[in-house]
Amino acid sequence: MLTFTLRRLMFAIPTLLFISLLIFLLVDLAPGSPMSQIPLTVPPEVRLKIMEAMGVNEPVFVRYFLWLKQFFVVEPLVLWDHWWGTSHSEGMQRILSWQSRSPVMDIIVQRMPQTLTVIGTSYVLGVLIALPIGIYSAYRQYSWFDQIGTFISMIGFSVPTFFTGLVLILVFAVHLQWFPSIYDTSLRVTDWDSFLAQVRQMAMPVMVLALFNAAQISRYMRSSMLENLGQDYVRTARAKGLTEKVVVLKHVVRNSMIPVVTVIALGIPGIFGGAIITEQVFRVNGLGAMLIGAIQGSDLPTVQTLTFIFAVLIVLFNLIADILYGMLDPRIRYD
Amino acid sequence: MKLKTALMGAACAFAFAPAAMAERGTDGNVKVLYSQAVSIMNPYLSSGTKDVEVGSLVLEPLAGFDEVGTMFPRLVTELPSLENGGISEDLTTVTWKIKEGLVWSDGTPFTADDVVFTAAYCMDPAGGCAQLAKYEGVKTVEAIDPLTVKVTFTGPKPNPLVAFVGAESPILQKAQFAACTGAAAPTCTEQNFNPIGTGPFVVTDFKVNDSVEFVANENYRDPAKPAFATLSVKGGGDAASAARAVMETGEFDYAWNTQINPELQAAMASGGKGQFVTGFGTLVERIEMNMTDPSPDLPEGERATAMHPHPILSDVNVRKALSMAIDRNLLVEVGYGASGRASCNLVPAPAIYASPNTDCLTQDMDGAKALLDEAGWTVGADGIREKDGKKFKLLYQTSVNPVRQDFQALIKGWWNELGVEVELKTIDAGIYFGGDPGSPDTFQKFYADVEMYANNFPGTDPEPYIVAYTCDKAPRPETQWQGENINRYCDPVFDELAAKLIQTSGTEERAAMIIRMNEMLTKDTYTIVPLVDRGRLSAHSNTLGGVVLNVWDSEMGNVENWFRIK
Repeated sequence: MLTFTLRRLMFAIPTLLFISLLIFLLVDLAPGSPMSQIPLTVPPEVRLKIMEAMGVNEPVFVRYFLWLKQFFVVEPLVLWDHWWGTSHSEGMQRILSWQSRSPVMDIIVQRMPQTLTVIGTSYVLGVLIALPIGIYSAYRQYSWFDQIGTFISMIGFSVPTFFTGLVLILVFAVHLQWFPSIYDTSLRVTDWDSFLAQVRQMAMPVMVLALFNAAQISRYMRSSMLENLGQDYVRTARAKGLTEKVVVLKHVVRNSMIPVVTVIALGIPGIFGGAIITEQVFRVNGLGAMLIGAIQGSDLPTVQTLTFIFAVLIVLFNLIADILYGMLDPRIRYD
Repeated sequence: MKLKTALMGAACAFAFAPAAMAERGTDGNVKVLYSQAVSIMNPYLSSGTKDVEVGSLVLEPLAGFDEVGTMFPRLVTELPSLENGGISEDLTTVTWKIKEGLVWSDGTPFTADDVVFTAAYCMDPAGGCAQLAKYEGVKTVEAIDPLTVKVTFTGPKPNPLVAFVGAESPILQKAQFAACTGAAAPTCTEQNFNPIGTGPFVVTDFKVNDSVEFVANENYRDPAKPAFATLSVKGGGDAASAARAVMETGEFDYAWNTQINPELQAAMASGGKGQFVTGFGTLVERIEMNMTDPSPDLPEGERATAMHPHPILSDVNVRKALSMAIDRNLLVEVGYGASGRASCNLVPAPAIYASPNTDCLTQDMDGAKALLDEAGWTVGADGIREKDGKKFKLLYQTSVNPVRQDFQALIKGWWNELGVEVELKTIDAGIYFGGDPGSPDTFQKFYADVEMYANNFPGTDPEPYIVAYTCDKAPRPETQWQGENINRYCDPVFDELAAKLIQTSGTEERAAMIIRMNEMLTKDTYTIVPLVDRGRLSAHSNTLGGVVLNVWDSEMGNVENWFRIK
C-alpha cells in the first residue's frame, strides 16, 4: 500500500504540472479581456495604460513561469512567514487579482470558512440524509417509501439549483418570512442569538445543496445495498438466526458502504468549486462565486490559481478514494 | 426664586443636550445592496462604477455635482470662477481654496499637499490610473500655502473644473499612500481597501467582491451627520433579487441599479415596503451604423476600415428609413417602463445641450418604405429588397442581455416588414466590451452592419464625448482597434467643429456647437440612431429618508443626509 501511495504521489507531480499548463493556456486563449469591466467612459489610451500596468501584455510563457514561481515559491513562503513570523517573502510579488489588485491567496483564505461552513455542511447533511434513505429503500424495494424516495431523488437530481433556490426564496423568505434571502457574510457568531441567526441564514442554501447531494448518494447507496442483499452470506446470516437489524446494519451496510465511501470521497472536491449557482443565488461569498466572478471579469490570475487548486484537490481526493477502497475492502491489495 | 429658575434652566439644558448630541449615529445600521460587488475602494484603480460609488462614502473630491447637475463645493470654500479670480483670465490656471479646519478621519489635518500628491499619484506613468482622463491637460499642481492649491494647464481650457471634481477624482491622503505611487500602486492592498478619507464613513471590514462594513467617521466636518452609526454594503447576485430584497423582504434599505422589466417593477412596487426612484442622466441606448464594409470576403486589416465604404448603409436615405421603421415608445414600454424615455439625441442632457429633436419619436413605416423605393431598393420575389443584384441583408449584433434581446426581436420584426433580411447575433458582454484586438466580436471591431449598446459621459460636459467622432478616432489596425468613433464616421466639417469646440469658451457658444454636432450625427446623417434615454432605477425602503437619486455623480454621494424615518 505504501509503495502504491508513493508511486501515485510521484505520478501526480508531472500530471499536475501538465494540468497547470493546460489550464493556463486554455484560459489565456479564451476570448474576453479585463478591459470589459472598465467603464466605456474611460478613453482608449488610458485603458491601454491600465492593462500594461497590470502586466497583461507580457508574452504567454513569461507569464506562465512567473505564475509557477509565484504559486510554488512565493505563496508558500508567505504562508511560512505568516505562521512563524519571519519575513523571507518581503518584497516578493504575489499573485495579484486583476479585479481587486489584492493577493489571490488572501481572498481564497478569506472565503474558505464560508465555503466550508455552508457547502461543507450541506454535503455532510446530504450524506446523512442519503444513507438511511438508500438503506431503507433497498431493504423495502418497490414499497411506498422506495417509490417516493426514487421520485424525490429524480427531482433533486434533475431540477437545477437556481430553480430550487428561487422557489425556496419565494416560499420561505418572501411569503413566510422565516429566513433571510441574502446571506450576511459579516455575521459573527458570538452568542446564542447570532448562532441562531447564522443557522437561519444558512438554512436555505444548505437545503438546496443537501437535496442535490442526497439525491445522488442515496441512489448509489440503494443500488449497492440491493447488490449485497441478494448475496449468499446474507441468507446464511439469517439462517444462523441473526436478527434483521444485525444482518442489515452490521453486515450488509458495511459491505455496501465501500463503493459509496469512494463516491463520497470523490465528491468532496466539488464542495470547493461546485456550488457556483447556489452561491450566486444566495450571495454566499464562497470560492465558487469567486471563480465565476473572475471568469466573467476575465481576471486570469484568479481563474488560473483557483482552477489549479481545484485540480490539485481532485487529484488528491482521487488518491484518497483509492486508498480508502483498499483499506475498507480486504479483498483488494495494491502493490 | 432665582436659584429655582436657574436649576430649572439647567435641568432643561441637560434634557435637550442628549437630543442635540445624539444626532450623529443615532439611527443604527443601514444596509445597501449593489448587484455588482465592490472589488476595491480606490477609484483610481477601480474596475467599474460600483468601486467609484462605494469609494465615495469614504473619499471625497474638492467639488461634486448635485442631483440636477450643478457643481457644488465639498472641501473648498467656493467654486473657482472668472469672477472671483479662481480661474485665471487666460483660462490656464485654477486656484482652489480649501476649507479651514478640515481633518482626515484619522484626525490629521487636510492640506494642499494631499491634493498635490493625488494628482501626482494618478498622473504617474507607471501607475495605470483608471481616471487619467480627469487630469488631461494638467501641467502642474502646486500648493501655494497649506490651504491653497493651484492647477496649471498646458493650454487654455474652456472647462477647467474637471480634475478633483466628481467622485472619480477624490483626494487621497499623502501620508497613507506615500509608498504607493507608480508601479507599487496595485500592491498596496491595505491602503486600497481601507483608504483614509474625509467622507462620512470609515471602512472597518472589506471583503473583496463581497461586502464592505463602515462605521460613522468621528472626525466628519458636520458634527450632526451621518445619522447612521454603521453602514453595510453587500454585493453580488442579480438586479431582480436585489429589488426583491428591498421591496418584498425588507432585508435591505437601498438597492443600486435594479434594472428589471416594467411588469416586475409594478409587481414589486405594490408590495408597499419600498419605492423605486428614477433619474435620467446621459445614458443612451443606441444603434450604431457601420459606415464601412464588414464583409468577411475582405482581407483582415481592410475589413471594417475606411478603405471600403459600406455598400448598403452608405446611403443616408437607407439609414433614415431604418430609423423611421422603429417605434421607440414601444421599445421603452417593453424594456424599461418608467426608467426609460424615447430619445432622438446622442446627448440628451443637461438640458442646455439637448437638441429639440423629436422627429424620430413617431414610427413611420410607409414613409420608410417609400424612401427605400426611391433609393432604388425594390422588393424582390421573396420579400427581401434588392438593388443591382445585391440583397438587403444586415447583421445586427449586441451583447447578451434580456432587454437587448427583446429589442433585437422587435427591431428585426419592423425591418423585416420593411423588406430587410436581418441576422441577429449576441455576444457575451465580457467579450463584446473587452476591447481585445485579437477578437472579432468586440464592438470596436464592428464586424457587423449594425450594432447596439449604451454609452454615457461622466459629469455635465459633453465635450470629450462628442469630439470622439472625428476621423482619426476610428478604430483600425494601426490603433490596435481602439477608438471611440465606432461608426468610422468621417466628415471634415465635423472635425473642424470639434477642433473649434475645444478652443471655445462661453456656455452658450459651446452649447450651440454641441447641439449642432449632435444633430449632424443623428438627425442629419442617421449615423447614430438613438433609441432610449435610459434612466437609473434604484430601490429604497420606505423607512429610509433623505434619499435623493443623483445621476451626475456618485449615487452614494449624499449618504450623510440619510436618516431612518421613525
